[in-house]
Formats: sequence, C-alpha cells, structure tokens
Amino acid sequence: MTTLTPILSRNWDRPDSFTLAAYRETGGYEALRAALGMTPDAIVDLVKASGLRGRGGAGFPTGMKWGFLPKDNPNPRYLVVNADESEPGTCKDMPLLLANPHALVEGIAIASYAINSRNAFVYVRGEVLHVIRRLRNAVAEAYEAGLLGKDILGSGFDLDVVVHSGAGAYICGEETALLDSLEGYRGQPRLKPPFPAVAGLYASPTVVNNVESIASVPGIVANGADWFTSMGTEKSAGFGFFSLSGHVTRPGQYEAPLGVTLRELLEMAGGVRDGRRLKFWTPGGSSTPIFTEEHLDIPLDFESVGAAGSMLGTRALQIFDETTSVVRAVRGWIEFYAHESCGKCTPCREGNFWMAQVLRRIEAGKGTEEDVAKLLDICDNLLGRSFCALGDGATSPVTSAIKYFREEFIAGTHTPAWELFPYQRTTRWASESVEEDA
Amino acid sequence: MSAPETPPTPRDETAGDVFSGENRARLELDAKDVIARYPKPRSALLPLLHLVQSEEGFVSTAGIAFCAEQLGITTAEVTAVATFYTMYKRRPVGDYHVGVCTNPLCAVMGGDEIFAGLKEHLDVGNDETTADGKITLEHLECNAACDFAPVVMVNWEFFDDQTPESAKKLVDDLRLGKDVKPTRGPNSLCTWKQASRVLAGFDDGRAAEGPQAGAPSLAGLEVARERGWRAPEPAAAPAPADEEDAE
Ligand SMILES: Cc1cc2nc3c(=O)[nH]c(=O)nc-3n(C[C@H](O)[C@H](O)[C@H](O)COP(=O)(O)O)c2cc1C
Ligand code: SF4
Ligand code: FES
Repeated sequence: MTTLTPILSRNWDRPDSFTLAAYRETGGYEALRAALGMTPDAIVDLVKASGLRGRGGAGFPTGMKWGFLPKDNPNPRYLVVNADESEPGTCKDMPLLLANPHALVEGIAIASYAINSRNAFVYVRGEVLHVIRRLRNAVAEAYEAGLLGKDILGSGFDLDVVVHSGAGAYICGEETALLDSLEGYRGQPRLKPPFPAVAGLYASPTVVNNVESIASVPGIVANGADWFTSMGTEKSAGFGFFSLSGHVTRPGQYEAPLGVTLRELLEMAGGVRDGRRLKFWTPGGSSTPIFTEEHLDIPLDFESVGAAGSMLGTRALQIFDETTSVVRAVRGWIEFYAHESCGKCTPCREGNFWMAQVLRRIEAGKGTEEDVAKLLDICDNLLGRSFCALGDGATSPVTSAIKYFREEFIAGTHTPAWELFPYQRTTRWASESVEEDA
Repeated sequence: MSAPETPPTPRDETAGDVFSGENRARLELDAKDVIARYPKPRSALLPLLHLVQSEEGFVSTAGIAFCAEQLGITTAEVTAVATFYTMYKRRPVGDYHVGVCTNPLCAVMGGDEIFAGLKEHLDVGNDETTADGKITLEHLECNAACDFAPVVMVNWEFFDDQTPESAKKLVDDLRLGKDVKPTRGPNSLCTWKQASRVLAGFDDGRAAEGPQAGAPSLAGLEVARERGWRAPEPAAAPAPADEEDAE
C-alpha cells in the first residue's frame, strides 16, 4: 500500500505557513546554507542522482537540463520558473505558492547558484492576485533577510529575483512562448532547436522549470538523493502532488510518491461522490488521453501511464462519474484549445476551430454519420503536424474519448447529450437530489 | 514590507487624460521603476500594460501610446501585444470583473449553471457590463482551482465552491456596495483598477491577509495526519551519494 508523503505541504496547516518565520521554524533555508557550501557542479550532480524529473508535464530530468547549459557561452544565464499553471485540471502550483512560497524561493536560490545564474524570473499567470501577493511578499522577505540579493548568507553569491505577472494566455505555459512573453512580445512558441539551454531568454542560456520541480530541490539538498529515490519508482523517483478534482468526496491535494494508483488515492479521498461509479478521468490534465475504470490500478508514474496509452502530465486527476456526458466534456476542452490556440500554425488554428463545430453539433444531437470519422481525420492532421505541443494535446481528449465511448458520439446523431445525461445531475449540489433524478 | 499604496481615485470620466500633466509625471516614475526590474526594457511591456489598465480600467489608445513612449517602440507593436492577452481589456470594465470558470471540470460541477444564472440575473451577455457600470461578466478557462469547483473569480480573487445562489448573492452584494470577502484572498476586495496595479508589480501590503490554504489544499495532509503517515526520515535513508538503491 502506498502512503502519503507530505513534504512541500507538511506545514500548510499552520495559519502562518507562508511567512519566512514559519518556514524557517520547519527547517527552511537550511538547504540553501548547505548548498552554498557545495560547488555548483556538485549540486547539479546531486539533482541528477536524485532522478528528479520535471513536474510541469513533460517529465524531463531536471539535473540533466541544468547540465545542458553550455560552459563556454559568455552570456549571462537565466533561471525562469514556470508558474503559468493553466493546463485544465492542474491546480497544484497555485496552492503551493499561496501556502508555502518560500519553498520556491529557496529552490530558486539553490538552482540559480547551481547553474550560475544571477537573475531569476518567476512567470506567474496573472489571474491569481493573492498568489502573486504572497509570492512577491516572500521574495521581499527573503531579500530583507539576506537570502536573496547581494552576497547571500555571506557566500559572495548574488541573485535577483523578479516576479512577473502574465496576462491571460494558456500558450504562455509552453516554455518558448513564455520566454517570448517575458521579453515583451506576443506569446508564441519558437522553433526548437535552439533549445532554451542554448538560446533562451534574450538569446542567453536559460533553464525553464516548473514551480514544483524547483520547490522539490531544497528537500533533495537537505536530505540527499537516496532519500528522494526511496520514494517513487526506479525511473519516476520521488514525490509529487496528485490533484483530485470533480466527482470525488474530498477533492484536493494529495502529496504522494510517484507510482501511487488512482484506486489508492480515491480510497483516501472518500471515493467517487455518493457512491457513484467512476466513468472517465484525466491522469494529467486535459492534454493527456482520458482513462476509465479499467485504469484504476495503473501506477501513476511516467512509464506506466505512458504504457497504458496516456501521459502522467501534471497529475491533474479530474474525476467524472457516470452522470457525465463525455461528449460535453470533450466539446468544452476543444473550445478551450480553439480559444487558446496562438494561431501560428494552420493545423492547430483551423483544426480546433472545426473540431469545436463538429462537437457542438454532436452534443446537440445533430451530428452526422461522418462526424466521428471527421474528428479522427482532423486529429490525424493535427497530431505530430502542429508547431507545438498545444496542438498535439488537443487531440488527446478527442481520440481517447472516441476510443472508449464511441457509442456516445454515435448517439449524437440523434439525441442531445443533455437528454442522455441530464446536466443538472452532474453539479456539486446535485448530490442532494440523487433519488429524484435517478 | 512596503506600505499600502494609496488607492487611485476614480477617473473613468477622463479617459485618456490620465496620461497628461502631473499624473503623467507620476506614471512615468512608476514606469521607470518597472523598466528597471528587467535586463532589457521591452520585458516591461506586460507590467506596463497592467499599469495603464490600473489607471483607466482598460487599455485605451492613450494607454498604448504611453507604453510605446516609455519603451521607445511603436504603438503598433504595443497594440499587437495588448490584443494577444485576454486580461487586457479594450473597453471599460466595471468596478468588479466577475469571471465564472466554465472549463469542463467546473462546468460539469455547476459552472455552466452559475454562468447562465448570472447572465440572466445581471441581464448581460459574456464580456458585457451592467448598466450601472458596476459589474463586467465573463466566462473563464481553468483558473487553477479545480479542487474548489465551481470557481468564480472577482477582480482575480478566489471565490471557491460557488452555487447559483451564492454567486447571485455575491453580485448583489457587490452592486449594493456591501463588503464581500474572497475565500482565499485578502479580507476585502480591491477594485479592478487596484488589482491591475498589483499585477503591474506594486504591492498593496495585503499579502498576509486571509487564510494560508483552503480545505481541499489540506485534504491530503489531513489524511496523512489521521493515519500517521509521513515522508521518510532523512536518517532512514543512507547518507547521500553512498550505495544506490535505498530500499
Ligand atoms: C501548451 C503548453 C502549456 C504548458 N503549460 C505549462 C505550465 O503552465 N506550467 C509548466 O510548468 N509547464 C507548462 N508546460 C510545459 C513547459 O513547456 C515546460 O516543459 C516546463 O515548464 C519545463 O519545466 P519542468 O522540466 O520543470 O517540468 C506547457 C507546455 C505546453 C505545450
Ligand atoms: S500548435 Fe497551436 S498553439 Fe502551438 S504554435 Fe501552432 S497554433 Fe500556436
Ligand atoms: S476547471 Fe475551473 S478552475 Fe480548473
């Protein structure tokens, strides 16, 4: 049985958890002190040995990413933290920054020292005012305490950290679009290569990492790589937030070793609401192919989820019970991708627009015999042919939903989804009236 | 910590004029402060757009010209950026921007019903402002609070776990000028313009207000405490960089 491992969340039940004083009382900034006594390369090696993989979705090994920065490039180096958190279902970084922003600030100081960066940026989505206040405040507290700024803890290491608010665009979570946005342009992805490690912010060597990746670093420095690898699986080491939302009795953040299963998590969260049956779920946000009941025992690590036909993504477990129309959910997600497509490439811009039209028609019971084939055809033209992963991601809900629930799409040729699955039965307040509706 | 900012006085009626005279001098100082944060001035464009929005409640042609002048770029370049991002509004916004998440998770949990209810109750469509100029209603994509679904944001503060009734009461209270309190935010709401100023990077001194976490954020921690589960002790693991394979 897998048990929870509260690490980043361990102090969240203290009302003052977000303050420097509280963070220090629970050992905060000791890892920074230790790190400053090590060589930068030793820290990179330690993070490599820990097996930490990016927590922003793609799972790229963090230490290896740091090691890619060219040694001979004379330009300044930058650390950019991705706090754009906009992948549908993903809701871990924002509560982390609200309750425990110093974990990120300490991670930034250590990571910057390790990669020899004097300027770090946190790109936070703009639509979360209080999160931005808390993070800015934590940065200000750290400056005052000599944990950021000039000559940190007397080590001679200088670091400036800037909190930068985005302005509403999902695509700015994609690392190269983020860099364009941070440079003051429209957030559109860049052609790779060159990768950010070689030519990132202001064409300088840059590391882009997710909030949770960087916030995991102090624990690794304080407790060692073996402590980290004692959790998780061989290739998916350590712990992470599993964010349960939707039709579950106790939605929320569950910090667990990678490899925990949805069955285990649901047991901890009181099960699917009202004893209803699980219908479909996303393992890692809307861009990861949906799963069903048959996947309850898949270990939620990068390899196992991949082998089962999806992706671990951001561990955004959106749970939908039997009352939900899968067509409705997929239509909503595709409207999202259509809205958020940056318009740079045709397959994504046009493909999502057309899929939204077709899906609206199917939802309304006015689909045609050819519509399912048409959707699959558009996905075919999108997957692997779009300029960035947003376009690929958009195909995930469509192809996976058709794979598991084709009959519901076919039913859309004659019956509206809201007749098959009355929409008032899915709401949070519908649980009171189960009998009447059933 | 920095002292609370003096709230900007309402100037809706003088659209554009805020970028002249004494007020311009003050804004130019703010703009300098923003630009100085970055290695390259152009990086200041997003915060500068938040700054001009904090003056007028939206990004006007005059606001765009102000940004362009501060950075030495063309108004066309600024316009191209301003129109790319959904948080910059090209028309005046009410005192309160009410956003209802209708991304599928929230939609299914009731966000669709809340949004439909508010449209009817306020007699406005998406992205429209009530006749009294108080409220602008908009539907939102996922706001990273899915475990609190259905979610409503007012001036980008969290109002978690809403129902159609609670959302209607919320907008009624806003229109009546009653105090409303975000579920995870400061003790009271600031105006849309004040919120934009925080986004431009000027603190309002309210970071310590409000709870550290909502109940769902603590759900896992509570289970762990009840069942006596903890992360492994560092001592239990072999010293760093020793043998592979801890357990
Ligand atoms: C459309 C799109 C949106 C993304 N949004 C985010 C995001 O909000 N946060 C994030 O950390 N990574 C996001 N990513 C992944 C980033 O491109 C990048 O892989 C990540 O920030 C790297 O950090 P990590 O290695 O620490 O995971 C997104 C990718 C795509 C294609
Ligand atoms: S795939 Fe979509 S989001 Fe990505 S570059 Fe193309 S149009 Fe833009
Ligand atoms: S779906 Fe509404 S906050 Fe994520």
